[in-house]
Amino acid sequence: MAELTFREAVAAGIAQEMERDPTVYFIGEDVAAAGGVFKATVGLLDKFGAERVRDTPISEQAIVGAAMGAAMTGLRPIVEIMFSDFLATCWDMIANQVAKTRYMTDGQVSLPLVIRTANGGGSRFGAQHSQSLENWAMAVPGLKVVAPSTPADAKGLLAAAIRDPDPVLFFEQKSLYGIKGEVPDGEHVEKLGTARVLREGKHCTIVALAAMVPRALAAAGELDSLGIDATVVDVRSLVPLDTRTILREVRKTGRLFTVEENPRLCGWGAEIVSIAAEECFDDLDGPMVRITTPHVPLPAAQPMEDEAMPTVARIVDTVKRAMR
Amino acid sequence: MGPDDKTRLKLYQLMVELRDFEQRAYDVFMENLIKGTSHLALGQEAIAAGFAVAMRKDDYTFCTYRGHGHTLARGASMAAAMGELLGRSNGMLHGKGGSMHLTDVTRGAMGSYAIVGAHMPIAAGAAWSAQVRKSGQVAVCFFGDGTTNIGAFHETLNLAVVWKLPVVFVCENNRYMEYTPIESVTAVEHPAADRAAAYGLEAILVDGNDADVMYETASRTIARARSGEGPSLVEALTYRHGGHSRGDPASYRPKEEVREWMSRDPIKQYRERLASGGIDEAMLRKIDDDARQKVDLATEEARNAPPARIEDIESQVWSDGGSAWRN
Ligand SMILES: Cc1ncc(C[n+]2csc(CCOP(=O)(O)OP(=O)(O)O)c2C)c(N)n1
Ligand SMILES: [Mg+2]
Repeated sequence: MAELTFREAVAAGIAQEMERDPTVYFIGEDVAAAGGVFKATVGLLDKFGAERVRDTPISEQAIVGAAMGAAMTGLRPIVEIMFSDFLATCWDMIANQVAKTRYMTDGQVSLPLVIRTANGGGSRFGAQHSQSLENWAMAVPGLKVVAPSTPADAKGLLAAAIRDPDPVLFFEQKSLYGIKGEVPDGEHVEKLGTARVLREGKHCTIVALAAMVPRALAAAGELDSLGIDATVVDVRSLVPLDTRTILREVRKTGRLFTVEENPRLCGWGAEIVSIAAEECFDDLDGPMVRITTPHVPLPAAQPMEDEAMPTVARIVDTVKRAMR
Repeated sequence: MGPDDKTRLKLYQLMVELRDFEQRAYDVFMENLIKGTSHLALGQEAIAAGFAVAMRKDDYTFCTYRGHGHTLARGASMAAAMGELLGRSNGMLHGKGGSMHLTDVTRGAMGSYAIVGAHMPIAAGAAWSAQVRKSGQVAVCFFGDGTTNIGAFHETLNLAVVWKLPVVFVCENNRYMEYTPIESVTAVEHPAADRAAAYGLEAILVDGNDADVMYETASRTIARARSGEGPSLVEALTYRHGGHSRGDPASYRPKEEVREWMSRDPIKQYRERLASGGIDEAMLRKIDDDARQKVDLATEEARNAPPARIEDIESQVWSDGGSAWRN
């Protein structure tokens, strides 16, 4: 085990797969010589050369479109979209082209490509560099959607995404880039579509994703001292969604809380709550509660942004009041 | 000069086949057997034929919703194309794509794309892949005059030049976007050719209704791409005989303009050229008859095929053949 930062783990995941598979190529804005604006791809240019690690113009449609054309003709491209907010400039490529072409051609093409992007708030960047958009991606048939919460998963899930034969949107929560964690030595590959139970409790189940996972864990610690014993599940992958694990943990405690960074309407937690309502209603002991960012664009100033995103205090408070 | 007789006959045959297929598609449409929409390229056949004949078997074609001709020109099955238009199970995409998305990857027909301009970067990506795989393949990307005003056009040309990609971009300037004349919404007279200089490319403006010119333009630009010299941007002047899509009578076009372009029908012109160049009338007639027969057979096969299968609705979202999003 080595201790890596989240950003080092991202680079390690890409490097592991580029070493293993010569058809893996990596392109994006400022990713090669500069190592990425979040420094998550430092060292890749030196290791793999300018043909396989390549800087692009500021042309998000061309970047994603080129990756798609390459994926349908024998490469396994990885692209970086600097901020997930910029996905809006190439959403046609993602939602209309990448997501639909396999289906529309009834399987004539495969699109093994990964779109990595820095997602979410907490950096005081304002509403155009802070959105948490994993739920946009989740709403589009044909896209797999992954968001790791630890350095180990950043590497292992990214490796799995690169090996996956279908398009994957890989959301890296930018406030996580600096966190450190143990990452297994040697080849490390996780499995897409598997949630992970991080803490087992008796009273309620808290389901979280990406940067909300450490907050859910911290909240569970505080709840413990209040006599509430919470299970915490890291969803890890929204598509495919490990409903088996999630519903099992909901059934065990009879209470479900989701902690979502995305704004309120149609957040991923709504889908999980609706599935639980349909499939384990009889096991529930009380209302299911979603803890989300309010339905507003994220504000910039520190006190506003901090208060808008689900905080540990808000999670504790919400669970406490609901469990009374 | 110009192409040899064998090539010319091939060009003529392809144009006639594309013409007959689309005329039949129109007729079948009028019988209300084709639902939805369809965009015919009647009058634009010389561009599809010129390029398809000049391309290598493993080269890539990317085209738009106006793509029946480009797909068939690569050798895709007519019955499967007609079946797709009719929503039959023998359709090229088994009913999942429809008229605007004909694709036959086995023939290098890498898809027909219905969001204006979207296929341009995708074609560049296929060229990028050919470049790094050193396969010698070239991608050819067809699009309309209207497409030159969308961002993807400019993003793609810039990237393709910077990366020196083996791709040929072919603007089929049929003078109209949907219903609006292109010059009324475009900053320059020649929507593609006048922009070539902005990307350091040669301005190539050619008669898109002349199959010989198109074949030569295709041969030259494809050879350039294949030899590693980078992309080209071709603007081919042409005209669609009918409306933009099904049911559009195209009454926004001046009668005089239509009359003039109809007199420059690429097939009629080319037939006359071949006949006056000494090609036997009987040979041309045989090509005409064979094409009609081929379209008859394809139409028959498609009409008799069962409808697209309900069981396929949830297949082929993923590479495992299924559409599961949860366990
Ligand atoms: C992004 C986008 N905007 C608008 C449309 C609607 N639309 C379909 S075809 C078309 C005209 C395109 O004109 P041109 O590029 O000249 O191609 P042509 O139809 O003449 O072959 C338009 C506006 C679309 N499909 N995609
Ligand atoms: Mg046009």
